[in-house]
Amino acid sequence: MTEKSEVDMKAGNDLNRRDFFLKMGLGSLGIAAAGTTVFAYQFLSPNVLYEPSPIINAGKPDSYPLDSVTLDVNSGIFLVHSKEGFFALSAVCTHLGCLTSWKPELGIIACPCHGSKFNREGQKIEGPAPKPLPWYRTWLSDDGDLMVDRSTTVREMEFLRV
Amino acid sequence: MAKTLEQYFDELRGTRVWRSVFRSGTGSSPLHRSLVIQQNVFFHLFATKVRRRMMSFSATWYLGTLTLGTFVILVITGILLMLYYHPSAPQAYADTKDLQFVVSSGLFLRSLHRWSAHAMVFLVFAHMFKVFYRGAYRPPREFNWVIGVVLLLMTLLLSYTGYLLPWDQLAYWAITVGSNIASAAPFVGDKIRFMLLGGNLVNANALLRFYVLHCMILPLVAMFFIAIHFWRIRKDGGLYSLQSQPKVAAAATPLTPAKEAQ
Repeated sequence: MTEKSEVDMKAGNDLNRRDFFLKMGLGSLGIAAAGTTVFAYQFLSPNVLYEPSPIINAGKPDSYPLDSVTLDVNSGIFLVHSKEGFFALSAVCTHLGCLTSWKPELGIIACPCHGSKFNREGQKIEGPAPKPLPWYRTWLSDDGDLMVDRSTTVREMEFLRV
Repeated sequence: MAKTLEQYFDELRGTRVWRSVFRSGTGSSPLHRSLVIQQNVFFHLFATKVRRRMMSFSATWYLGTLTLGTFVILVITGILLMLYYHPSAPQAYADTKDLQFVVSSGLFLRSLHRWSAHAMVFLVFAHMFKVFYRGAYRPPREFNWVIGVVLLLMTLLLSYTGYLLPWDQLAYWAITVGSNIASAAPFVGDKIRFMLLGGNLVNANALLRFYVLHCMILPLVAMFFIAIHFWRIRKDGGLYSLQSQPKVAAAATPLTPAKEAQ
């Protein structure tokens, strides 16, 4: 056997049968492991989510008095009716995702978890929040309802005039 | 003459059925007592002989054993709690309330589970401090220290996943904050959060995932590492005592400061 494999080596055939099967085996195991990783990742990421729609119907604009800030707890947004017009602000703190609240006596938005404070336009005043509260796209539906899309942010100071 | 209780027990241990289960046989010779440990699937992880000194309270403060004790309590009470708990929103919160106010002994079992969980986290840290300050983590026990760190991680993950299950405000916001911390990991953070929660929100999917992690995956992984942890105590030369330190290692550390090299 030893002599024979030596002959094989000399003939330029530097892969003997044992090495060939070892490489085949390890290679197939590697491919299978990679496939399993992809399969596991795909399996663990749901394709269909039964989460609430990002688009919210906030009702008639008349129901929001001038200079009011209204928190919708279920959708996590502030609807603000300012002199310049309407805008929708995320009520989810940019620090770690807690729900902020409007403090009318101070005129600020405050987060109960780690003390971040924002002004009415979402700009940070103090605290650990790394970013201002994002503005969401708002528009009027055909029925005249105020609509908010939580999946689309817009630049600050883009007011909806009604 | 009537037989004593001990004689009845000896007779029982001599029966064929008993001998078929416990093969070490009767007697109290050192060999027999060693066999009792060595031939038992659970005990054989441990050393057959232990120094009497190492069994005293002062040697270890029994912190590792106490940690195992809380883990056993948690497994037993946890399995019982599972009989009345549905991991679905919002039923989970109602079931938690039922466990407190409706189920017989439910309040006791839930409180025992909760307090044992707190105690386990405390005991794991105490155990690690004791091992660290006594220097028991040093070679040849360095790998068992690493296993211990993995077990600390398992304990904290079990604690964290169990926190969501009552499905109350505290649980909801704690997991919201915790999963946002996970998303701070560079590059893959948001993907990790999405897979952990099974969605973008702390929702029914997140509750179910945390339930499976808490009741199935993490306990199995923890038990696997606990087995290795105990087995390594024997393989690394038994419980640590100063006298078990090799003489060579002691001689290698000079007590006088070495002269500075020129």
